[in-house]
Amino acid sequence: MPELFHRKIERTAIGFVLAIIAAASVGGLVEIAPLFTIHETVEEAPDMRLYTPLELAGRNIYEREGCYACHSQMIRTLRDDVERYGPYSLAVESKYDHPMLWGSKRTGPDLARIGGKYSDLWHVTHLMNPRDVVPESNMPSYRFLARTPLETADFGMQLAAMREVGVPYTDDMIANAARDALGQATPDSDFSAGVVERYGEKTQVSAFDGVATELTEMDALVAYLQVLGRLTDAAYKQTAASEKAPGSQQ
Amino acid sequence: MITELTSSERQYAAVILVVMAMVGVAMAALGRSDPFGVHGVIVLVYSVGLLFLVLSSFYAPEPRTDRQASYYDDPIKVGIALSMAWAVFGMFMGVWIAAQLAWPTLAFDAAWSTFGRLRPTHTTGVIFGFGGNALIATSFHVVQRTSRARLAGQISPWFVLLGFNLFCILAVTGYVMGVTQSKEYAEAEWYADLWLVVVWVTYFILYLRTLARRKEPHIYVANWYYMAFIVVVAILHIVNNLAVPVSIGHAKSYTIWAGVQDAMVQWWYGHNAVAFFLTSGFLGMMYYYLPKRAGRPIFSYRLSILSFWGITFFYMWAGSHHLHYTALPHWVQNLGMTFSVMLLVPSWASAGNALLTLNGAWHKVRDDATLRFMMVAAVFYGLSTFEGSFLAIRPVNSLSHYTDWTIGHVHAGALGWVAFITFGSLYTLVPALWKRDAMHSAALVEVHFWLALAGTLIYVFAMWNSGIIQGLMWRTYTEDGTLAYSFVDSLIAMYPYYIARAFGGLLFLLGALVACYNIWMTARATPLIAGSQLDLPDRRPATGTAPSPAE
Ligand code: HEC
Ligand code: HEM
Ligand code: HEM
Repeated sequence: MPELFHRKIERTAIGFVLAIIAAASVGGLVEIAPLFTIHETVEEAPDMRLYTPLELAGRNIYEREGCYACHSQMIRTLRDDVERYGPYSLAVESKYDHPMLWGSKRTGPDLARIGGKYSDLWHVTHLMNPRDVVPESNMPSYRFLARTPLETADFGMQLAAMREVGVPYTDDMIANAARDALGQATPDSDFSAGVVERYGEKTQVSAFDGVATELTEMDALVAYLQVLGRLTDAAYKQTAASEKAPGSQQ
Repeated sequence: MITELTSSERQYAAVILVVMAMVGVAMAALGRSDPFGVHGVIVLVYSVGLLFLVLSSFYAPEPRTDRQASYYDDPIKVGIALSMAWAVFGMFMGVWIAAQLAWPTLAFDAAWSTFGRLRPTHTTGVIFGFGGNALIATSFHVVQRTSRARLAGQISPWFVLLGFNLFCILAVTGYVMGVTQSKEYAEAEWYADLWLVVVWVTYFILYLRTLARRKEPHIYVANWYYMAFIVVVAILHIVNNLAVPVSIGHAKSYTIWAGVQDAMVQWWYGHNAVAFFLTSGFLGMMYYYLPKRAGRPIFSYRLSILSFWGITFFYMWAGSHHLHYTALPHWVQNLGMTFSVMLLVPSWASAGNALLTLNGAWHKVRDDATLRFMMVAAVFYGLSTFEGSFLAIRPVNSLSHYTDWTIGHVHAGALGWVAFITFGSLYTLVPALWKRDAMHSAALVEVHFWLALAGTLIYVFAMWNSGIIQGLMWRTYTEDGTLAYSFVDSLIAMYPYYIARAFGGLLFLLGALVACYNIWMTARATPLIAGSQLDLPDRRPATGTAPSPAE
């Protein structure tokens, strides 16, 4: 009699707790553990590059400001998603993302492939006050970013912590982190060659916020937005077709 | 309150607070201008404030020697007060961010008040502040009454309650300074997370030790749910929050999980925060206060067993329904969908069990707004779990995901279920705890009920509408096969609903304010002396731990 059996478990608190742990552990183990062992979970992308220190700082600002609360970074395999935002997102594209910022709500559009869609100037104007660009927007204005100097002193430590969790930053990158941040936002300076050398030809060097003399949080955030979707070309080479949304018209 | 402690317990409390204050100083020194340092100062102020309270009654007379002959209700009273304070805070934040979506300039061009920083203060404020304090307070009440034993500790209940609130304060003040892990419902940074582990382990031990004192051989159903809540939340919290701090003077950390694995861990956590925080714990409340108020036993013991194990087992598989059509492998998405649909069975078993318990007491439901709160909660529980199982089906999710429909589902559960069952339970608990006949004003309970119901319905209907419209606009094509609407078109269509939602939320907040006033007035009234004699622990030796000879 299952009921009588249960009457017995109910008599011992420790036994009951162990039963709860046993019942509750199965699901997570079955679904999570294989994601680390099954090889196809994350695709290969030999051209994948790392975030530069400036982009990483921008990413941290993106988290800090809760941009993820309104913007997703995950284009689903649905046809309308793909036509609106670009090729659907691959797992490999967020393989260096600690944490991932896929998001769960689109109060604003998806940003997974926003990199290169607009000029730096557009982003700065938009972030200063979105309603100057899109009058109907309900996105907050972020003027303070342009006023806040970017704190670069601990960038080496930031990269070292990222290495600790598995992102392959080299000693050279860690040692030059603060300089590389400055170099990426000040074209033609002595430091800009170094950042391209360490992070690859495709690294964008630009006076992101339009002011090349001072490094602000705006520089970092725009640098991050401009690299979104451009760490690897893998998604553009993917040939599998997207799915038609169930029940969509046409 | 402190006079209830013996002088050696007062010393012990003072020592704990001094140690905490020293930790605060160390954090302030290590962190300096980093938010970590600011949090050190907050820890320091919090501990010194409490220390001052302890010291102010340090030399007061010793408490009665027969403390064990009564229940330990002081921490419960404070827990209720804290829960209501957080309710007002969290819901005010909810109304504010709702208003910001309709009128974006309400952030006043400051950094701390932008939508992205305030949104987690809302979710943390209501889930952990309001919900968490209510769960801790009611669990202390339920475990004592159903075991007919006093809590197994004098200091530890305070440590759990006040320690938990320190966690909430660190979390919320962190967000406005920009300290966040950005994981939904686990935004607090590594040091606050570590602190919560300490608090939670104490909670767990306290709960088990109290159960061991029970005078009943069997553990009552409500306690199963509270235990599942405590144990599983600990597991989820630890796994999802594993992170490497930049240094021990930095608030910032990097989670050890990356990309797709992080997504799965996060939503395994996120969905089960819903399951074991917002469902299991509150079912514990329901299984105690609803039968109590209705004056009828739970309809079916078998259904309780089915529902309990079903929920505990199935929920843990369902997290991947948050990741449909993403880069998460297909097989995991399908598992998540399957288990989410199966989850409807145990969920409805509980909802049905609650409603069938009321069968035969419908006249009471009609007359008593408190019982009506709990009845509506059971209905909304049934409704939001049905909706959840439906949204978890991949094709449905392709429409609802990323839209306000999710928000509508969330608040059908959060307002209709979580908040309603909490208010119903508090209205049952408060008079009992302060030894009164009834709440100060039955009419105000009635007013609260209608404000809350109207607020919930307006909120949920607004979001269902906006969500479905949004989802359809995103996927509508023109004759020649191009997308018919730009994103901004869909945004413009949302505004009327955003305004309606803010209004519904405002009604709900007003209801909570009415509740605060009513609870305050009840606590201030003169107690009934006679009634209090009945509500006492059983002094016989515990039967909980010793195996009974009949087995
Ligand atoms: C309250 C929600 C909200 C928050 C928070 C928010 N955004 Fe937006 N965002 C929007 C909306 C709505 C739009 C579409 C209208 C517009 O372009 O302003 C948008 C548009 C954008 C666009 C243009 C996208 C495109 O494809 O045209 C970018 C880039 C952007 N946001 C970046 C950010 C960044 C960076 C942050 C954080 C600092 C942020 N947003 C925070 C709501 C938000
Ligand atoms: C006064 C009533 C409330 C109002 C006005 C309100 C408003 C809001 C708003 C505007 C959002 C953000 C939605 C978005 O990003 O589009 C939100 C999110 C949320 N709220 Fe509330 N809320 C209220 C009460 C509650 C309560 C009582 C709870 C829980 C017990 C709750 C739980 C949540 C959760 C979990 C989210 C996050 C949803 C998600 O990420 O999908 N809310 N709320
Ligand atoms: C059978 C039970 C349930 C199932 C199967 C279920 C399923 C779902 C699904 C499919 C989503 C949407 C995910 C997405 O598209 O992003 C969701 C979101 C959510 N549900 Fe439920 N749900 C259930 C019950 C509840 C209850 C009772 C609550 C109580 C408050 C709740 C709270 C939430 C929250 C907070 C979210 C938003 C998560 C986020 O995106 O931040 N759910 N649920």
